[in-house]
Amino acid sequence: MNLLELSGMVKRFGGLSALTDVSLHIGRGEIYGLIGPNGAGKTTLFNVITGLYQPDSGEFNFNGKSYRSAKPHELAKAGIARTFQNIRLFENLTALENVMIGRHVRTRAGVIGSIMNSRATRLEEKACRDRAGELLQLVGLSRPHQTLARNLSYGEQRRLEIARALATEPLLLALDEPAAGMNPTETENLKSLLEGIRNSGITVLLIEHDVKLIMGLCDRVAVLDYGRKIAEGVPDEVRNDPAVISAYLGVDVE
Amino acid sequence: MPNAPDRVLFQRILFTAILLLLPFAVDALLGRGWLRIVDFAMLYIMLALGLNIVVGYAGLLDLGYIAFFAVGAYCYALADSPHLALAFPQLFPDGVHLSLLIVLPMAALLAGGMGVLLGAPTLKLRGDYLAIVTLGFGEIIRIFMNNLNAPVNLTNGPQGISRIDPISIAGVSFNATQRIFGITFPSVHLYFYLFLFFAMLVVFISRRLERSRIGRAWMAIREDEIAASAMGINTRNLKLLAFAMGAAFGGISGTLFAGFQGFVSPESFSLMESVMVLCMVVLGGMGHIYGVILGGLLLALMPEILRHSVVPLQQALFGKTIIDPESLRMLLFGIALILVMLYRPAGLWPSRVRRRELSTDEKTR
Repeated sequence: MNLLELSGMVKRFGGLSALTDVSLHIGRGEIYGLIGPNGAGKTTLFNVITGLYQPDSGEFNFNGKSYRSAKPHELAKAGIARTFQNIRLFENLTALENVMIGRHVRTRAGVIGSIMNSRATRLEEKACRDRAGELLQLVGLSRPHQTLARNLSYGEQRRLEIARALATEPLLLALDEPAAGMNPTETENLKSLLEGIRNSGITVLLIEHDVKLIMGLCDRVAVLDYGRKIAEGVPDEVRNDPAVISAYLGVDVE
Repeated sequence: MPNAPDRVLFQRILFTAILLLLPFAVDALLGRGWLRIVDFAMLYIMLALGLNIVVGYAGLLDLGYIAFFAVGAYCYALADSPHLALAFPQLFPDGVHLSLLIVLPMAALLAGGMGVLLGAPTLKLRGDYLAIVTLGFGEIIRIFMNNLNAPVNLTNGPQGISRIDPISIAGVSFNATQRIFGITFPSVHLYFYLFLFFAMLVVFISRRLERSRIGRAWMAIREDEIAASAMGINTRNLKLLAFAMGAAFGGISGTLFAGFQGFVSPESFSLMESVMVLCMVVLGGMGHIYGVILGGLLLALMPEILRHSVVPLQQALFGKTIIDPESLRMLLFGIALILVMLYRPAGLWPSRVRRRELSTDEKTR
């Protein structure tokens, strides 16, 4: 069964139809790419999937359940984690704290437990801290974990966002342009990181402008243009699709 | 050379000893009036720490915080004064005189409930907009207190409620000099220890929460609410929790205030008081417990120090009083605020993390 199924998704902003009847499905363990020119509705689709926007109509099934008007935190609990196109870290907290906050949804300590500092709370806190440290290792953050997020380099901030998203133990990791602004070496590292994440059993949904990265990494790709899905399939198919070529390069008028 | 845990233990014992001896030192060196001022400063510290949860941790600007102090104070005033007996002789022929140990949790709960009541409609507001709504809330509470003497006389209106019972626990009245183990403890000393206990409790709870899952979630909301919700934080519940916790501390402080002062009236809960408490938090160092304590101490003591020094100083220099201490106080306070915002925008004593953040700001500039 598919992990994520969208059918007939519509999202309007006033007169602008940001998503028109978008349907797609993502299978478990896939790396699914979402491309399209600027303003095509990729991020809108992301925001619908992660609960930041409520769709105007359409069906949204994740892991066998319907989540049509779910809140972001409910979807995070259900197993969708995301990163943001314009990095949104908790800037004045340390790298470690950022990742520990990602564990929020998988930990339980409440007010009373925290004030009492009960044994369960202490154990959970320790486990949370250890796991956060591991994730920082995994994404290759070499700086001290006590560095404030805002003081990390751009590439490190991107990777920290991925670590924070992974901390929520997602089934689906949604990455909004993770390679934006990265140099080729960093992109290469990102690629192997994403492959590692997929091999650990997490499904990946990727918005990206770096066509080389998308083509080399994704199992399937969907192309959005003006809020419509104009193509979908394996990378090679999509690359040669005339509709995609005209969306990106314009049509010959002769 | 003592090892680290020994040194920490030693420091703690020393610190406790200083705090325990403080009332006697203040009494001997400065007089009893000053100890009373220190007692009030403790109440302000509790207030500031409560507001610190809302403003410092969760980043929700609250300009009506004094309302919760008022709720606590009126709670105790109604539960431990002849007022209800006078206003409703049929219902309460002898008045109610509940123990502090009953009123205190009640007041904390009620204030916490009011916190949720304030929080619920403002969940989607941030920054300036939130500040305006909370300001309105603070004024609503004050105006209610001011006008609820008719049709039923609940609060006795602008005259306030007087003859409030002094605090007494287990038959020991805090309003009389007590001899314990051969040491004489005057009333202000007793109140000092009582307030110290509750202030320590508030510090303890704040510290534990700050370093917990809950505290991190608050800070995540402060930093970026959208990212926080995308990470699975239920922002609605946690914001309400912050409002409730902060308000509960305000309620506790208000209860103690009513018992200590023996009199409450709406004018103690004006907007200026909310602003003062907010300034304690901001000047001291938002989100840093010790900074907030410092801010509370400074702002609670400064007016009194001015009052006691400005007039004699002017008399000695000029032979007459040129500037009265009250206007000088506002002048100095304004200058202090501007200077702090210019040179120490994170507060006088910011937390380690905030200080680091500040120093990197300067480097990148």
